[in-house]
Amino acid sequence: MKRIALLGMPNTGKSTFFNRLTGASARIGNWPGITVDLLGAKILLGADMVEVVDLPGLYDLHGFAEDEQVVRRFLQNNPVDLLCIILNATQIDQQLPLTLQLCRLGLPAVAVLNMADEAERLGIRFDTEVLAAGLGCPVCCVSAKYGQGFPEARETLRRVLGQRPSTDIRALQADFAADEALLAEAEKLLARSVTIPRVLEHDLTERVDRIALHPIFGIPLFFLALFLLFQAVYTLGGPLQDGMAWLLEGFRDRALAPLQTLLPGWLYGLLVEGLYDGLGTVASFVPIIVLFFLGMALVEDSGYLSRIAFLMDALMAKLGLDGRSFVMLLMGFGCNVPALMGTRVMRSRGLRRLTMLIVPFSLCSARLQVFVFLTTALFSPAHAPLVLFALYVLSFLTAFATALLFKRRLNSSEPLLIELPPYRLPTFKQVVLRAWQEVYHFLSRASRFIIAGVVMIWLLTHLPPGAVASGPDTLAGMFGAWLEPLLRPIGIDERMAVVLLFGFVAKEIVLGAMAVIYGLEGDALAQLMTQHMDWVQAFSFMLFTLLYTPCLSTVATLRSESKSLAFTGFSIVWSLGLAWLLSFLFYQGARLLGF
Amino acid sequence: MTMVRLSELPMGQQGIIEDVDAEEHFRQRLQALGFRVGKEVRPIRQALFGGPLQVRVGSVNIMLRRNDAALIHVWAEG
Repeated sequence: MKRIALLGMPNTGKSTFFNRLTGASARIGNWPGITVDLLGAKILLGADMVEVVDLPGLYDLHGFAEDEQVVRRFLQNNPVDLLCIILNATQIDQQLPLTLQLCRLGLPAVAVLNMADEAERLGIRFDTEVLAAGLGCPVCCVSAKYGQGFPEARETLRRVLGQRPSTDIRALQADFAADEALLAEAEKLLARSVTIPRVLEHDLTERVDRIALHPIFGIPLFFLALFLLFQAVYTLGGPLQDGMAWLLEGFRDRALAPLQTLLPGWLYGLLVEGLYDGLGTVASFVPIIVLFFLGMALVEDSGYLSRIAFLMDALMAKLGLDGRSFVMLLMGFGCNVPALMGTRVMRSRGLRRLTMLIVPFSLCSARLQVFVFLTTALFSPAHAPLVLFALYVLSFLTAFATALLFKRRLNSSEPLLIELPPYRLPTFKQVVLRAWQEVYHFLSRASRFIIAGVVMIWLLTHLPPGAVASGPDTLAGMFGAWLEPLLRPIGIDERMAVVLLFGFVAKEIVLGAMAVIYGLEGDALAQLMTQHMDWVQAFSFMLFTLLYTPCLSTVATLRSESKSLAFTGFSIVWSLGLAWLLSFLFYQGARLLGF
Repeated sequence: MTMVRLSELPMGQQGIIEDVDAEEHFRQRLQALGFRVGKEVRPIRQALFGGPLQVRVGSVNIMLRRNDAALIHVWAEG
């Protein structure tokens, strides 16, 4: 099968082009370095099946960042029949040298000027024929986001792919010593084929930046925006969540309750009180997760992430990190796993490890569900959002403190160089697609972890046969009793100890586990929680949940990204220790003060 | 025309790159982003607490730290 590789600088829209070409749904965003790994898809182009590979962006073929090495390794080890070079048409002056470099590899190539619509608005004019002659390959203008020029580009790819036989890739190992000559040639070609207005202003972007990057108000504005985002998720998501819970309960009462007479008692218990209640409690949070990711998608696609890196860099530098580390913390709000993988754009080992050490403290969406449930159950409607915000602040503070403690061991002096791309609005489709992906991700995790976890907890709380459900004689009761001396000082009883044990696998299980252990779901569970815990215990529990190991997937990612068992082990021990210590200080402190 | 470091160029004032005095890898990356001899650069703003600079080079806005900007020597007008 023939293979097309998509190549280009970071943030030129390779993945957007890839999605449009293949109908796939690679994650995209207006931040250089969203794609850090290879992504492939097979499509029918003309009469042939063709494999299309989306590669991480690279600044030049000599780059040494890990994501750039991914590209080089791929090109050296895999036969490629066609290079599809994606350029950001609005920055063609900056991108032409790399394009020439890639065209010189001797492989059939097509240059795609992406964001042609944006370039046109800025008054940039291309002579594509001169450009094509200079590069030695066809040139197409497209907007991958809106689809203009796309059929032509597709046709060009098909035509060029059909023309020439497969080439050996060994030409790639050739040396690029002639860089200077290449740059001069790029300048000449640019002068002949492109007209760029003297003053190129992304007017709107500059005006927005005057506010967003304001020397005094920039940082407060960012935290205000963050607060408003979470407030919106909370106030909009609450009623939706209630509606969902109502639907699930209705289904249980109407459709499942009658089964009680038909099924043997233990099977009914396992299926309805175990599986359905456990999953239902988790599923009622899907609307909040969707809203949350709609907000995240807007932020990621807008180009604001780079501005946040700009605003926070000075502070992060004092912690031995840089602006990108803070952006990874923000990405971790969605899920820690892609945030850990996003650290691949960092070249310095120390900086990368330090960032990987703090990302697991980032309050991810799975933990968000647990906190929304508990804060709603145990705090007044006026206080609940503030408690939630306090947890986000604590998430930042523990991450910062960790960095401060270990910056000397994991020090780095990596220069920071990030583009501040123009602000762009994502299309409606992009945002919806992103939210759907997250729900899909959530549901697939549900099928893997939650079902198994919930069933296991149901068994633990009901075995050996004859023991009172969730009582001290069950297996769960025994586990709880073992853990009790460790968790009693932080205000966590033996039942919640079992919940925490399962939370180690994935935080998505926590609510399901609570539902099964207490044998209730939804509002009834929330009611019961208020009798079993006061707010001090609840907050201590949330603090512990926030800080201890996020989930097994995060541990696996830490291991595969750091390639070090010792580092992974250290990260787990550190977060467990910190979780216990802070919960202990909080719980005992609050009790001493008489709460 | 006087020669200064990019980090010393006043905000909003244009300069022309004369030399990029960075180690090889970083120089390559700077070049790839448009910091090449003879190019016009203009610092736009600086972040709070001695934070990074926003510099416009060609049509692109780049953020870089002050100590890295000091590696770029420019001719300042006036």
